[in-house]
Amino acid sequence: MEPLLTIQTPETVLFWFLAPLSVLASLGMLLVKKAVHSALLLAWVMVTLAIFYIAQGALFLGIVQVVVYTGAVMMLFLFILMLVGVDSSDSLTETITGLRPIAITAAVGFGGLMVSLLGRATLGREPVGLDAANGPGNVQGLAALLFSKYVWPFEVISALLITAAVGAMVLAHHQRTTPRPTQREQSVNRFRSDSLAGAAGLPGPGVFARHNAVDVPALLPDGTPAPSSISATLKARGDVIDSAQFQLDNVDTSVEEEK
Amino acid sequence: MSLDNYLYLSAILFTIGAVGVVVRRNAIVVFMCIELMLNAANLSLVTFSRINGTLDGQVVAFFTMVVAACEVVVGLAIIVTIYRSRRSASIDDASLLKR
Amino acid sequence: MATNNGLVYLIALPLFGALALLLLGRKADKWGHLLATAMSAGSFAVGLIQLSQMLDREAELRPVTQKLFTWISVGSFNVDASLLLDQLSICFVLLITGVGTLIHIYSISYMSHDKDRRRFFAYLNLFIAAMLLLVLGDSYLNLYVGWEGVGLASYLLIGFWNQKPAYATASKKAFVMNRIGDMGLSFAIMIAFASLGTVSFSGVKEEAEFASEATMTAIGIMLLVAAVGKSAQFPLQAWLGDAMAGPTPVSALIHAATMVTAGVYLIVRSNFVFDAAPTAQLLVVIVGAITLLFGAIIGMAKDDIKKALAASTMSQIGYMILASGLGPAGYAFAIMHLLTHGFFKAGMFLGAGSVMHGMNDEVNMRKYGGLRKFMPITFVTFGLGYLAIIGVPPFAGFYSKDMIIETALNAGGAKGIILGSVTLLGAAITAFYMTRVMILTFTSPKRWDDNQHPHESPALMWVPMVILSIGSVISGYLLYRGKAFKHWLEPLFEEHGEHTELLPPIVVSGLALTMVAIGVAIAVIKYQLSEIDNVAPEKVSIFTRIARRDLLQDDVNEALFMRPGQALTSALVKIDDSVVDGAVRGVGKMALGSGSALRETQTGFVRSYAVLILIGAAALIAAIWVVTT
Repeated sequence: MEPLLTIQTPETVLFWFLAPLSVLASLGMLLVKKAVHSALLLAWVMVTLAIFYIAQGALFLGIVQVVVYTGAVMMLFLFILMLVGVDSSDSLTETITGLRPIAITAAVGFGGLMVSLLGRATLGREPVGLDAANGPGNVQGLAALLFSKYVWPFEVISALLITAAVGAMVLAHHQRTTPRPTQREQSVNRFRSDSLAGAAGLPGPGVFARHNAVDVPALLPDGTPAPSSISATLKARGDVIDSAQFQLDNVDTSVEEEK
Repeated sequence: MSLDNYLYLSAILFTIGAVGVVVRRNAIVVFMCIELMLNAANLSLVTFSRINGTLDGQVVAFFTMVVAACEVVVGLAIIVTIYRSRRSASIDDASLLKR
Repeated sequence: MATNNGLVYLIALPLFGALALLLLGRKADKWGHLLATAMSAGSFAVGLIQLSQMLDREAELRPVTQKLFTWISVGSFNVDASLLLDQLSICFVLLITGVGTLIHIYSISYMSHDKDRRRFFAYLNLFIAAMLLLVLGDSYLNLYVGWEGVGLASYLLIGFWNQKPAYATASKKAFVMNRIGDMGLSFAIMIAFASLGTVSFSGVKEEAEFASEATMTAIGIMLLVAAVGKSAQFPLQAWLGDAMAGPTPVSALIHAATMVTAGVYLIVRSNFVFDAAPTAQLLVVIVGAITLLFGAIIGMAKDDIKKALAASTMSQIGYMILASGLGPAGYAFAIMHLLTHGFFKAGMFLGAGSVMHGMNDEVNMRKYGGLRKFMPITFVTFGLGYLAIIGVPPFAGFYSKDMIIETALNAGGAKGIILGSVTLLGAAITAFYMTRVMILTFTSPKRWDDNQHPHESPALMWVPMVILSIGSVISGYLLYRGKAFKHWLEPLFEEHGEHTELLPPIVVSGLALTMVAIGVAIAVIKYQLSEIDNVAPEKVSIFTRIARRDLLQDDVNEALFMRPGQALTSALVKIDDSVVDGAVRGVGKMALGSGSALRETQTGFVRSYAVLILIGAAALIAAIWVVTT
């Protein structure tokens, strides 16, 4: 019998090229020390999967994978990584005894059994392919299903989204444990600190600036560069430009009479 | 090649994600491994939708994505809260519910 | 049998008295004793009326019944609450109510200083009612109700002054030993119902002809056990001495005249059972003979006047049991001795109470002496009772006891010789110890301290004593004259052929009187004619020591029953503690242990839990894999 679906060669090539890469990327995600590297490798896996979706005819889903998953979710991950500590890295030694061997054994067992099960299982029919279902267009087809057969789960999931947003706000809300210091208290503390240098408060940005580049320090009234006007990273890297070259020339302070 | 290869790939990715959840100590990396598992499931859903010729599998995969997004939001908020009070992102440190 | 509706009043009057006095409580304190005495006297009057009516009738028509109500009607087991008054029970009715009323009158004065006098009279009335129910019941089950009732009344009355722990213990001891006898009666009733299908006297009498000898022997032995318990015979005799802890009227009424004779009543009433079971009858005779000597030997060594009289009671009832075990020839004489014994023993107990009343409740005879001058009426009444008990003609005991000795000797063969010699020896020892009591108390020089002021008792006390002593004098002759009593009871028993007379009666009487004389003489020599110490002498022979310890009866009971019983109880308690409670605690410990073991899985590490989930998932896949193979 003529199979309904034959997989074309491009798809095969695509698969055999990308699938090992995605496996390697995920293994790498598992094994690298820095968390940021893991995030990037996961992003690569997600993009690979998006390509697979598009190759399989799930066009809408592929785009959504890129936009939502890779774009939003992974970025969210990276933001949190920045917040929590970019440098944070795990030590490679295991604290819970025996966990690694057990985990690997269980996973290998799980995976192996799964693969062999999949090998043995048959659906009893030939794969059909999505040409017919995608006839009116993938998006239209999905919409037809979404708003008829799956309208109830759709509504529930939207409620879930709202709940998750509210939940995140509640969790991230920072409750002050001490009352906010008033302006008077702040002023008192400034005067009571070790040096009176900051008693009047720091000068606003641009007061002593010579240039609007971040690597040009501001000059204090006595001509020395102000240390707090340059980012610590730049200072550590030595990327500081001498701001004396941007000093003002003699300014003509005469006043011309108006003729 | 048959469509089964996609399924095998899905199984392998799922297993790798499972190992990652158990082995890594950084909470955020654990979360990322969970995301990997969800994605692997999505792949097999899409493959099955192609085998069956209906779009139901894609609809379910869509819902899975939405749920995963919600889960990430709330989960990361929790991790941030824990980090704020404990200054540590290691999941082994949150072990007070023990004997 | 004819119905007579007056029988119920015999029991109803004292029962009403008991209930009224118990329920009204302190309100009845002023007149309670009078009501109780009136009830008892009323019951006696009803009994006399019944007797006069009975005498008017022919011998076959003498028994009358009254059915009160249907009690048990279950399947084939039908027992009515009925009363039966025949020639045997009327004797007991008159004895119980007559002697009972006299003792009620005596107690009005004896217990006049006791604040619980009303309760005492309530219990006395309760006893009268229960004892009457015992002798009037027409089946073994009805008798059992009365049997239990008198056991209860005895317990309540012995422990009347239960503020003293020793007295409370004595009442408990009496009750427990009685209980063993009660078990025998229960078993007899059960065997009777199981094998004969009936428990009434008439029913069992009919069935006795067709039943096997084994069944009859079993019933007979169980009845003997019951009689042994209630009548303080060997081996259940240890409670009678301690029962003297109760007030003296109690000892007189219950432990001399009536309750302890219930065993004899039971055996005589069950004559058809024993006549059909010669083995059981032989056992009866053996028990009677042993107890006869047992009580007599103990009586020789007791210095407490009440305990000496108690031992004497035990011995005399031994005579009665022995007589009742001699078959149809002996039943009438057993009852005759029971009736005469009721008179003289009750009289002597009341006399002892009178002596105690005059001597400030002292009971040790070694502290008495010379009371003849100070208590003449007591001396005379006690003395008449003494002459009756040792068997001096023409007083009551001579007739009744001699007939028993004669019947024993005439039993023939080895049995006759053994029983005859035992009874004769008993007569001698009885004479010895009763003379000892008389001498120590009344005729020997005074040995009491100067703070004692012996005086005669008030009239309410000595009048009953006088009446009873009159009974001690004439009752024997009246009953014996012309074989009147024997003919009176004859319709109840089987016909038996003329018994052989191995020895002429004159010879028997002569032998008996000789033994009595020997006993009296030895006592007079030892006590009257020599110095008596104020305290019991220490240097005595081993026999005296054993006799003082009641022939080691308490030690034997303790060793054979009490200590093993205690050991069994503590063993069972230990088993209950370690095995039963241990199992329960073990379950708890197991739960705790398994909980502690399982607790170790809660490590608190999320990753451990995650790996467990992974293992679970792998197992699930493996299961599916296996199932689909």
